[in-house]
Amino acid sequence: MSEDETRNKEKMNTPQSSNFRPGAMLPNASISRKLREFYDAVQEEGIPDRFLDLLERLEEAEKSAKSVNAK
Amino acid sequence: MITDQENDDRAFKRDLLASLPNLRAFAVSLTGRHDKADDLVQDTIMKAWGNQKSFTAGTNMRAWLFTILRNEFYSQMRKRGREVQDSDGLFSERFSVHPEQYGRLDLQDFRKALDTLPDDQREAIILVGAAGFAYEEAATICGCAVGTIKSRVSRARARLQEILGVSGEGDFGPDPGDAAITARAFGS
Repeated sequence: MSEDETRNKEKMNTPQSSNFRPGAMLPNASISRKLREFYDAVQEEGIPDRFLDLLERLEEAEKSAKSVNAK
Repeated sequence: MITDQENDDRAFKRDLLASLPNLRAFAVSLTGRHDKADDLVQDTIMKAWGNQKSFTAGTNMRAWLFTILRNEFYSQMRKRGREVQDSDGLFSERFSVHPEQYGRLDLQDFRKALDTLPDDQREAIILVGAAGFAYEEAATICGCAVGTIKSRVSRARARLQEILGVSGEGDFGPDPGDAAITARAFGS
């Protein structure tokens, strides 16, 4: 291969690489982003009612246990 | 009059509630299923409530809760033996509800890749990469050395990269039109 051909190949490769998405250049960044996306999707579901009810019941139980002890 | 004890109780409940969404996401990533995850969170709340006295007010409640949940998960797994995870079934059904927010296939692929990791690597990368813990905190939660967590995280990353890199080549590479031009240009 001549030097000219080599230079041409380099020229054509340069704009080509700018077509890659950022994730391809930084695979770690892409994986971190996916990981957080997956995790945040669950977090954004908020707190199911069953847990709010559970905490209410636990609190009630504690209060009534205390008032029994106080008597 | 509000006693110090009542103040502590209120703060405890408030901090517990604030940690729940994050704790639940961790449970889902450990169990792979929402129903099992919620049972695990429920057990964790009961344990945490019962052990309130052992929690030092002002210290990291989130790390404390994560430690309880993680211990509970592994002790239940030891008791029951590991059941086959349904990573395509329940999980994806839940997520198909939000197709506008997340590329559904994308997330499913990611979930599958995550499931192929050994448990210790999966929890390490979740704790550090998603749940927002420092390496030191993750090490405390998992009861191992900081260096161990670091190496688990980097092995997990490498593995995910390998799996997702291969299957996602079409997504990240040059588009087919460009590839054809490139092939013609360098063909001779």
